Amino acid sequence: MTPPLRTIDRRAFVAELLGACPSALVVAGLGAPAYDLFAAGDRDESFYLWGAMGGAAAMGLGLALAQPKRSVVVLTGDGEQLMGLGTLATIGAQRPANLTLVVLDNGRYGETGMQESHTSLGTSLAKVALACGFAWAEEVSSADRVPVLAGRVRARDGCGLAQVLVRAEPLPRTLPGRDGVHLKERFRAALGLDGT
Amino acid sequence: MSSSKPAAWQEEVFALLKEARVRQVAWVPDAGHAHVISRVLADPEMRGIALTTEEEGVALACGAWLGGDRAALLMQSSGVGNCVNMLSLVLAGRFPFLVLVTMRGEWEELNEWQVPMGRATPAVLEAMGVRVLRADEPASAGETVRAALEAAFGRGEAVAVLLGQRLVGRKEWGVPR
Repeated sequence: MTPPLRTIDRRAFVAELLGACPSALVVAGLGAPAYDLFAAGDRDESFYLWGAMGGAAAMGLGLALAQPKRSVVVLTGDGEQLMGLGTLATIGAQRPANLTLVVLDNGRYGETGMQESHTSLGTSLAKVALACGFAWAEEVSSADRVPVLAGRVRARDGCGLAQVLVRAEPLPRTLPGRDGVHLKERFRAALGLDGT
Repeated sequence: MSSSKPAAWQEEVFALLKEARVRQVAWVPDAGHAHVISRVLADPEMRGIALTTEEEGVALACGAWLGGDRAALLMQSSGVGNCVNMLSLVLAGRFPFLVLVTMRGEWEELNEWQVPMGRATPAVLEAMGVRVLRADEPASAGETVRAALEAAFGRGEAVAVLLGQRLVGRKEWGVPR
């Protein structure tokens, strides 16, 4: 089996995708996906995880079920989504039409020394998602797909997973704030919810 | 519990969740939660969410709150062990959090493999900053859940209610004891 070519610039991909979905609610998993989201421009409707590895997709599910009229995007990495593999089955059972998982797959644990993850060792997260009942899932090997993906995010007509094959490369860490209470409260305020 | 007729306290627990406007209820099932699960699934105003493992529910509940929904988790004591690191999210974001835990391994338990996690459950929750309430009598189950709902959604606390095995009833195995 030929390994997939990972050539996409993750920062540019995230910035272009979210730029095309300006009203999406976004949860980013720990590590590089959180840095990518912050580098694309901080917004009140962005929630960054600094821990709780494996939880980003499940957090996005709870958010998507609570806000069915908003597009919800989870930005995560291959390592985190592999830890939350069962969550793909949980999402497949709920099928929230407004939820899109964007897995920025460099096939590596970038924070810890670029050790190979299971997506380098045989697992296809897109195929797992399809097998779990997602409305759509695809391996994305070119940034040319951004307009199509953005259209799906905005359409809210079926839960999906984009496994985005990004370059494994060290990038400057663009660090979002770590005050979880602040991140929570500003997110809720942006939705018109009270502070309690 | 093998009886098909629910105990009155189990219906009371469901009614309290509904009265408190809990909308998302997520679980890894236990017989002691079976009545609440079936009531949630039949209620058009609530969303029942089956989890593959309990820590998914911790993150889900925080996401629900981010979007304006109240959530509650149902699990058995063994599942508390699966939640440990994910509870970091509850604490770091000071999210309101409510989990109802049916206890195993503490009262008329056949399966000694349930004992270690049952014994560790309150300490594990408290170590991760979750306040632990407990009910062992049918008469106190409702008021304990009511107090926990107030703590979680009135004051924004992380709280667990341990539903004792004496309350829930021993698991029937169909073998002589």
